[in-house]
Parts: sequence; C-alpha cells; structure tokens
Amino acid sequence: MIAMPEPDRAVLARRAEIVAALRTIVPGEGVIDRAAELSAFECDGLTAYRQPPMVAVLPGTTAQVVEVLRYCAMNGVKVVPRGAGTSLSGGALPLADGVLLGMGKFNRIREVDVANRCVVAEPGVTNLAITQAVEGLGLYYAPDPSSQIACTIGGNVAENSGGVHCLKYGLTTNNVIGVELATIEGELLRFGGKHFDASGYDLLGAIIGSEGMLGVVTEVTVRVLPKPPGARALLIGFASVEGAGACVAGVIGAGVIPGGMEIMDKLAVEAAEAFVHAGYPLDAAALMIVELDGCEAEVDALVAEVEAIALENGATSCRSSRSERERLLFWAGRKAAFPAVGRISPDYYCMDGTIPRREIGRVLRRIEAMEGEYGLRCANVFHAGDGNLHPLVLYDANKPGELDRAEAFGSAILRLCVDVGGVLTGEHGVGVEKRDLMDTMFTEIDLAQQQRLKCAFDAGGLLNPGKVFPQLCRCAELGRMHVSGGALPFPDLPRF
Amino acid sequence: MSTFTPSDARETAETVAWAAAEGRALEIVAGGTKRGLGRPMTTEHVLDVSRLAGVVTYEPAELVLTVRPGERLAAIAAALEAEGQMLAFEPPDWRQLLGSSGEQTLGGIVACNLSGPRRLRAGAARDFVLGFSAVNGFGETWKAGGKVVKNVTGYDMAKLQAGAYGTLSVLTEITVKTTPRPATSCTLALAGLDDEAAIAALARGLNSPFEVTGAAHLPARSARRSGVGAVAGGAAAVTLLRLEGPPASVAWRADALEALLGRAVRLGDAETRAVWRELGAVAPLLGPGRRVVWRLCPTPSRAASLAGACRAAFDSAEVFYDWGGGLVWLALDQAEAADDGGAARVRAAIAGMGGHATLIAAPDSIRAATPVFQPEERGVALLGARVKRGFDPRAILNPGRLREGL
Ligand SMILES: Cc1cc2nc3c(=O)[nH]c(=O)nc-3n(C[C@H](O)[C@H](O)[C@H](O)COP(=O)(O)OP(=O)(O)OC[C@H]3O[C@@H](n4cnc5c(N)ncnc54)[C@H](O)[C@@H]3O)c2cc1C
Ligand SMILES: Cc1cc2nc3c(=O)[nH]c(=O)nc-3n(C[C@H](O)[C@H](O)[C@H](O)COP(=O)(O)OP(=O)(O)OC[C@H]3O[C@@H](n4cnc5c(N)ncnc54)[C@H](O)[C@@H]3O)c2cc1C
Repeated sequence: MIAMPEPDRAVLARRAEIVAALRTIVPGEGVIDRAAELSAFECDGLTAYRQPPMVAVLPGTTAQVVEVLRYCAMNGVKVVPRGAGTSLSGGALPLADGVLLGMGKFNRIREVDVANRCVVAEPGVTNLAITQAVEGLGLYYAPDPSSQIACTIGGNVAENSGGVHCLKYGLTTNNVIGVELATIEGELLRFGGKHFDASGYDLLGAIIGSEGMLGVVTEVTVRVLPKPPGARALLIGFASVEGAGACVAGVIGAGVIPGGMEIMDKLAVEAAEAFVHAGYPLDAAALMIVELDGCEAEVDALVAEVEAIALENGATSCRSSRSERERLLFWAGRKAAFPAVGRISPDYYCMDGTIPRREIGRVLRRIEAMEGEYGLRCANVFHAGDGNLHPLVLYDANKPGELDRAEAFGSAILRLCVDVGGVLTGEHGVGVEKRDLMDTMFTEIDLAQQQRLKCAFDAGGLLNPGKVFPQLCRCAELGRMHVSGGALPFPDLPRF
Repeated sequence: MSTFTPSDARETAETVAWAAAEGRALEIVAGGTKRGLGRPMTTEHVLDVSRLAGVVTYEPAELVLTVRPGERLAAIAAALEAEGQMLAFEPPDWRQLLGSSGEQTLGGIVACNLSGPRRLRAGAARDFVLGFSAVNGFGETWKAGGKVVKNVTGYDMAKLQAGAYGTLSVLTEITVKTTPRPATSCTLALAGLDDEAAIAALARGLNSPFEVTGAAHLPARSARRSGVGAVAGGAAAVTLLRLEGPPASVAWRADALEALLGRAVRLGDAETRAVWRELGAVAPLLGPGRRVVWRLCPTPSRAASLAGACRAAFDSAEVFYDWGGGLVWLALDQAEAADDGGAARVRAAIAGMGGHATLIAAPDSIRAATPVFQPEERGVALLGARVKRGFDPRAILNPGRLREGL
C-alpha cells in the first residue's frame, strides 16, 4: 500500500473550529462532519484505498468555493476536490486532515452556443449530459469515458480523460477551450474562452490533466462537434492476441484512423457477453471492435479496407453492424466491460499504461505469463488504436495477501509498459496509485520541474497533496539556484 | 556579444548553465525566420540552436516522429510526405509576412505555437507535441511527456512549452504526432457574400457533418491578391470551405455542402493546396506600402463585427478571415497605425469580444513601444510571472520576448 502524508496534528486538533468556520461560509447541509456520512466519500474508483476526510464541504456557489479555499489557505488546511468519485487512480482519495470539496452541486449547463460550437458547463455536469444537451442539434462532445453517465466534466478536466473516440477526436485537452479556476489563494481566474489559442503561456493546457493540484475548476467551456453522417462498427475475432495487435498496427499504418478501435481478450469477452448479450464471438482469443465513420461511400470503402487487413492478420470472424441499434449493441458490451468483470471477481484493479502499438501482442503475452507468476487472473479490455492498455487484475480483498499481490502484478505491468517505450498512464491519471512509479519514467530533475509549476499555483502544497509526486515538494528549495561558478566550461565551443 | 552554437543537448545545457551562473541573457535562435516576431529583446548573447538538427526516430505506423528542434520544416514535410503523412496543424510560412529569409525549423514553430488553416479542425501545434527534452534556465536538462500518442503521466508540460517563445526552456528534442495525409482535397468557393453572411455560411458549414477542414473568407480587396485564378478572377469577395479525404467521400460531401450553402465554384486538389498555403502565409494582406499586421482571435461569431469596428477605427484597415471567423488578419497602413501600431484602437475593438490581438508584423520600434501580445488579466499575468520564475529564475532565456519582465 502507498502511504499518504502524515496528518497534521495541529489541524486535527482544531477540527471543531474549522468545521464551524466552514459552516459560516457554506450554510446548512453543505458541511458534513458526522462519521457515518463522511464514509460516503472515503474512496473513489480505486476502492483499495479508503480514508474518510476530516470534513466534507459541498458548496453551491462559486463564491463559496472561493471563500472555502481562501479560508483553507489562510489556515493551512489541505483540500481534495471531488467530482463524481469515479477516478481509478485515487485522485479523489480524501485526507484525514483535509477538506473534501465536493463539486456535485454545480450541475447546470450554463450555455449552449451553436454558432461557436461550444457548451459552457458547471464542473459537476456529467460528461454524458453535455452530449445530451446538444444531441438535438446534431452535435456531440467527443471524449467519452466509459464512465460517462457518472463522471463529471470537472473530473474529466482534472484527469484529461479519454474514451473510445479519442483516437480520432482527441482527449479532454483537445476538446476543452476554456476553464474558470479558483486558486487556493481564493482568486477566480479565467483561462481560454470561446476563442482559439492563448496569448501568453498556455496555462489552460497545463491545468487540464493536473489532477486537482493546481486549482478548483468552477466552469468549463468545451468544443462540441457535428455528429458524423454515418458510422458502422465491425466485430472482428482473432485466434491470437498477436494477430489482433498486428491488425491494429496494420490499420493505422495503412493511414486509416478509425473513430474507435478497441480490443477485448477472451476473459473480458466472456464477462461482457454474459452481462450484456451483445452477440460477441465466444470462441475468439481476442475480439476487436472497430468503428468507421463518415459518409456512406467512405464508410463502405473503409470497412472493406479494414476487413482485408484483418484477414491478412488471421481474423477468424468478422461482422459489420447493420443498423444503428446493432452498432450501439456492439459498443454496449465494451462500455460495460469493467462492471462486467466486476461480476466475475469480487475486486479488480485497473491498469492504464500506454505502449507503442507494435508492442501490443508481445506485452499481452507477457502479461499472460505473469498471471501464473502472481497467481491472479487478468482480463484485458483496451483502447487498442492508441496503444492504451487496461489490464484488469482480478483479486479478492478478503483473501489475505491478494491485494498486495494484485498491486505487485499491476506495478510489474506498468514497468513493462515503460520498458517497451511506453508510459504509466494514458488517461486515468497518476493519483495515488502510480505515484511511486513516477521514477520509472522521470528523473528527479524532471519531477522537480513539474513541481515548480505546482509551486506557481500552490506554494503551500495544500491542494491534493500526496498525489502524483513521490515526494512532497518544498517550493523554497526547488526555486533555489545552485550557482556552479562563472567559467565557461568548454572554451573550445565554436563562437563567431 | 557572442554567438554560441552548441552541437548537442549537453553543450546546450553547459552554455545555459554558464549563462545562468553569470546572469547573462541569451536570445535563442535557430536561424531567425521569426526574429521579428514578439517583443524585440536586448540580450547579451545569442544561443544558436540550429546545429541541434536531424531526425532521431520516425515510425510511420506509430504516427510518431522525434527530431532535434533545429530540423528544418521543409525536410520534415518531405520525410512525412514520402510516407503519406503530414503535420496536421499545417505549420504556416510567415517568412514573407515577417520579411525574413532562411528555413523554418520545427523548434521555432513549436516554440511559437504557430498553426495554419487546419487548426480549426485538427488542433494547434501544441496539440501535437507528445513529449520533449529541454534545458531550463537553471541549466538543467529535463524532459516531459513521452513517445506514445496517449499519455497523462504528470502535468502536460508540452502545452506550456508550446507558445512560450523560448522563455521557459531551450528545446533539445521534440516528439510530435503525425497524421495520414488525405488522398485528395477540394475547396468550395462562394462568391459575393458580405462579411456577416460569410461568417454565418462558414458556421453552417462547420456545424454540418461534412468535415470541413478549412473555413475562410476573403473580402474583394484581399481576394484579388490571390495567385489562384478562381479566387482572384471574380473581382468579388470569396468564401472558402475545404474538404479533404478519399475522393468518393470528398465528392459526396462537396455535393452535400453545396446543397446546404448554395452554388459554389469548386477548386481541385492543386488549387486547393495553393490557396490554403497562401492563407496560412497571410499572403492576401501582403500588399504594397508599409503595413503593420495584426492577428486577432475573437469569439468566431463576433468576427465580422470586430472587423467592422476596426474599419470604423482605421481608413486603411484591410482584413480577411480564417478558422471560420476565429482568426481575423488585419493590415493597417503604418502611417495611420502610428506609434503604437494601432494597439489602443485595435484592443478597444476586441475588448468584449472575448479573445486576443497580437501585433505580428511591425518595425522593431513599434513592437518595442507597445505590448505585442494581449495584456493579460492581472491574476493570470501574475501567475505567468511565477511560472517563468520556476523555469528561469534569472530571466536569461529570451527575456522580454513575450512581455516586459517575462
Ligand atoms: C467503470 C469506469 C470506467 C471508466 N472509464 C474511463 C475511460 O474510458 N476513460 C477515462 O479516461 N477514464 C475512465 N474512468 C476513470 C474516471 O471516470 C475519470 O478519470 C473521470 O474523469 C473522473 O471524473 P469524476 O468526476 O468521477 O472525478 P473524481 O473521481 O471525483 O476526481 C478525479 C480527480 O479530479 C479532481 N477533480 C474533480 N473535480 C474537480 C474540480 N472541479 N476541480 C479540480 N479538480 C477536480 C479530483 O481531485 C481528482 O484528482 C472510468 C472509471 C470507471 C469507474
Ligand atoms: C541562409 C540560411 C541557411 C540555413 N541553412 C541551414 C541548414 O542547411 N541546416 C540547418 O539545420 N539550418 C540552417 N539554417 C538555420 C535554419 O534556417 C534556422 O534553424 C531557422 O531559420 C530558424 O528557425 P525558425 O525560424 O523556425 O525559428 P527562430 O526564428 O529562430 O525562432 C523562433 C522562436 O523560437 C524560439 N526557439 C527556436 N528554437 C528553440 C529551441 N530549440 N528551444 C526553445 N525555443 C526555441 C526562438 O527563441 C524564437 O523565440 C539556415 C539559416 C539561414 C538564414
């Protein structure tokens, strides 16, 4: 288990006073301090880690958010923002000595601006609600995490979330054009807006994916896109995961960028089929779902091209959706894959590494071999087109030692991803879960530079500490310049 | 004043570490096609990074290219074209606009976050930077991001580095995402629309499902300057919508778009390439006489009223629109623009339209006297200054290039 920072005794000793002060800012039910109610916030989607907060605050206005943050800054109280609590990396894990700031009441869409193809939403609006608000206009919001019915746009911004369509349409960062952010100092700042690009540093780009550590998002402006005129999904079965992996590289190499390209292995297919009855082939070692979108002529041509590449790579079956209903059914199994796996195992641990696409087959084989080494099963369901793996390590937290083994297995998978040229996380964020693996990708200097960015926003380190960075930063030390003497170290350097 | 020309990342770091220890300011150039862009600086020394060139790895099937930043854009474009790929953000060529010569580099394009007409749909240069190595103002070599297309490990430092104009770190290696080239392209040209109607037509095109990858409007005066006959010949305003993709799809979408927007002239692949290259290069405003050129990024639907306000403020104002109105190029006679390049009146016009105005082409004297980049809100500017200190506490990297003190 990864250790969280030691709680500040002085803050814990002042709990009653802090709760009372917060009640003057957020009246009524908005401040929660009873243990029974606090347990509702004790974990997010990374359920292996649990910690009730010192107090939970559910503000209803931006002014309250600003006041709460200002109070916390002045009193040295830590703050953990929370959206829907679906993070799979423990990003919203509370702190024993911290305020849990729930943004769920910010659930209104403020504006639908058709002429500029954007939607202005409060941070607690769910991802799906944005698409639903513009569906009637033939528009949609492209990033679509499988958790889209529950997760919030504020959480998406914090995690830079993806989904099955980000292969072609980008992650959150490519689709969010503005945010309003409350800083820990209690300033309300706007970054971006309805216009293109920043003038000055692209702080919007740095805020997206910052895991709640730079500020609290109080409003989000997203770009919405016209729905493609048509789309068809293919279900392609393979006798081996290598074949499926090679097919991915083949499709991308041929210059086809599908709307989505996902792979599920046999275990995931069985679980999803039993749950959703999507008509998945149960005999395949790996199942690929490819979605091709565009006008009819284009979709026809792309379907033929992808089918041909699939056959070259040893596809054993191939079905094309014949109706919109069937297309959605093909996806339903994929989108429900995590809960489906949840039905066949008491607990699962979801990993999120990205690898170069050419390594998919080899890495999946290696993971299979590791199942034996760790004595745990692993189901794979992932964004193949991006090379973004989601190995789901199955375990039972009630069996002694299984959680530790699951974590060790997960770490081994992530190290493998980095070894083959990949990264620790493609879309779920570092959070608590991958915090102590950061040194597999980054040097101390790399991490120090990232923390200096954090220092610019939150010099006191009060926002979501204990996440992302293996060591808490001390901003004064990081800012110090180590002067190494004045002589030009290489007099032979050509100058002219 | 000396010019340092390090040949690799280590020498770059040593040079910067020396400059940091001595507190000597460096102007980073890769040769200098964009030296006339941004605020003029008075730096003691020049750090010429053009020897940091060459392709490190290019894996077409992964859509990933890693180069040293001094690699010339033309060479990169040729290497990608040979594999049927491209940089989707369509880096523009501003050499004529800025009156410079030489070759552009990827480092310069990324440092300035410059994107062409396809930015509208594909994203900006910043959206394609997957990772990089760099030397910060402490003289430390550091890296961020990765070499895969999807990655959220740590803060997204690439966004910050793109568009920082070399004021945060010196890039020593850049990894970008490449994109398959469309098989063909076509442009629909609608004649004779006034600005307001044109922006509305572009919005209808962009809201349609027909995947418009370029949306521009040239009022009559700037249309006449086009080298493409079908655009210049009509002596009228021209509204342009670009479609790209497989031939059958492009043809189908062109029909559908014409049914939506009314009769249009169609430009084929070669003319399409030519006209959008011109637009990226701001060629329609490169008229005779001494001019200053502004780049305005308003809320797209406000573009025509913004242009109207500029015309009301300046007799010499001439504009054209790109990005469906999200980009308005404005040229003014230098004499009428006066000492501040017209900044006071231009920024008064864009105030309230949500967006920013950047003075792109103007003599050094004007760019020294007036904020080239849109002044930021106080809190944001303060934060920006703190960010700068976290990368370059002694302000030795391109100091003052973005704004005074940054
Ligand atoms: C079944 C399941 C499927 C999933 N599928 C996907 C998927 O396909 N793709 C994907 O990318 N993710 C997926 N996720 C992960 C998760 O849904 C996303 O990370 C999501 O963006 C989290 O949103 P949330 O509102 O639940 O945020 P939380 O879990 O509440 O918080 C996540 C992080 O955001 C911060 N935060 C929340 N709100 C704010 C705010 N207003 N201001 C500042 N910081 C804030 C928190 O501090 C925390 O660090 C899945 C999760 C589950 C449980
Ligand atoms: C006649 C001529 C011939 C040349 N021939 C060659 C040749 O054969 N091979 C070759 O490799 N080069 C050659 N060069 C140099 C090459 O042209 C330059 O690299 C290029 O002109 C400058 O790049 P740029 O205009 O894109 O960026 P610049 O205008 O130099 O820079 C734009 C901005 O980006 C910043 N910037 C640039 N690089 C970095 C970086 N690495 N990190 C951070 N910020 C950065 C700058 O400080 C500036 O703010 C030649 C130049 C000339 C004038």
